[in-house]
Amino acid sequence: MKKILFIEDESVLQKTFEKALRAEGYDIISALDGETGLKLAQTQKPDLILLDLILPRLNGFEVLKKLKEDPQTKEIPVIILTNLERMSDIDKALELGATTYLVKVNYSLEEVIKKIKKTLGDSEE
Amino acid sequence: MNKETILQRLNIRQQCKKYPLPIWQCPQFIFVVMGVVIIISTLFTYSISFKYIDDPLLIALIVLLISWILLIMAYVVTHGVEKLADAARLKMEFLTIMTHQLRAPFANLKWIIDLLVSGKIGTISNDQKEYLDILAENSKRLEELINKIITASKIEAGQFPLDKKPFSLKELVQRVVTSARAYAEASNVKITLNIQENLPKAFGDQARIREVIENFLDNAIKYSKGKGEVEISVFKKDKSLYLEVKDSGVGIPKEDQKYIFQKFFRAKSAFKHQTQGSGLGLFIAKSIILAHKGKIGFKSQEGKGSTFWFTIPIAEQQQ
Repeated sequence: MKKILFIEDESVLQKTFEKALRAEGYDIISALDGETGLKLAQTQKPDLILLDLILPRLNGFEVLKKLKEDPQTKEIPVIILTNLERMSDIDKALELGATTYLVKVNYSLEEVIKKIKKTLGDSEE
Repeated sequence: MNKETILQRLNIRQQCKKYPLPIWQCPQFIFVVMGVVIIISTLFTYSISFKYIDDPLLIALIVLLISWILLIMAYVVTHGVEKLADAARLKMEFLTIMTHQLRAPFANLKWIIDLLVSGKIGTISNDQKEYLDILAENSKRLEELINKIITASKIEAGQFPLDKKPFSLKELVQRVVTSARAYAEASNVKITLNIQENLPKAFGDQARIREVIENFLDNAIKYSKGKGEVEISVFKKDKSLYLEVKDSGVGIPKEDQKYIFQKFFRAKSAFKHQTQGSGLGLFIAKSIILAHKGKIGFKSQEGKGSTFWFTIPIAEQQQ
């Protein structure tokens, strides 16, 4: 069973994604702040990381930078899931090594799950 | 202060990137320019004084006085510019945070509704689905209103970047009309299109121009109470493309017409006919067209209808 790490400070969203992704057959681990998320990425070695950018303790950009600097985590694909939509934020995240950048309000839950499946190679398309 | 910090501080371009302003309004750039002005002025004062004054002490005093006056002026100017630049940066950061904080609940609502409707956490009845659809629709309406408020705030803060490219205005209008057909039919309004053959491409931000056309068309349908007709015409006019949306609706009272593009303004006809709206659509539309160096206007007669129009540049002339 593939493992997804969800780093997001809104517990409501975490619960929503846990239920949605478990229904799709994925195992999901969650972190409510950047520091905990980084530690979980290093210890649990997930197959994919869903990362918010506005996070307490360590923001998403810093988490992404450290993930890509660490040889143990740099190959893990990272999908940014955020409400920040400035071009400068999108460019910065992609330059730091994010695989995909999704602005939350522009995607339905189904579309986000499709992106996740495609990144993990589980897409039926 | 270590070597890296000093080098970073000397990198003017890097320092100026943190401000949402052109480089000539950046305090660090102004500081460098003032420095160059002081050096040139000091050398100039020295050479002129040397030509006309024999006493070296007097020359030194004059040069010192001029340099001192220029240094004080440079400090005042740079300090003032820095305060303005910081205010612009804080406004930008505030807008970014507010955009994020206002939009966050909508993403949550949307996805929770998606999850419930999907049946992945239990089946729902038709009645429950109906109420969830109402919830989703109202959440979308509130989201659109928040988006308009955010857009209006960004326009006022000068944070309104456009992605300008050549595009087909004819195809854009056709797409907008297709997506408005159901609304028009439900409102008993007929839409006709008059688009010039071989229309040249427009130059602008297609998504933003779409917002303007949607706003005009939405208003035209909304204020055509009962059976009505909306006519959209697009043609080349001088060096621009001209688009107008004409309706046979309620029109705008004469005393309200001068306020029609103001933020949050809604004409008396809007309240009289109980139509929904934020009063931001036309304010945003005008800002978009002016940012494209186009023109926007309207003519209206109460009881007879209104014609809203705009012009935007043609693509060949921009490249």
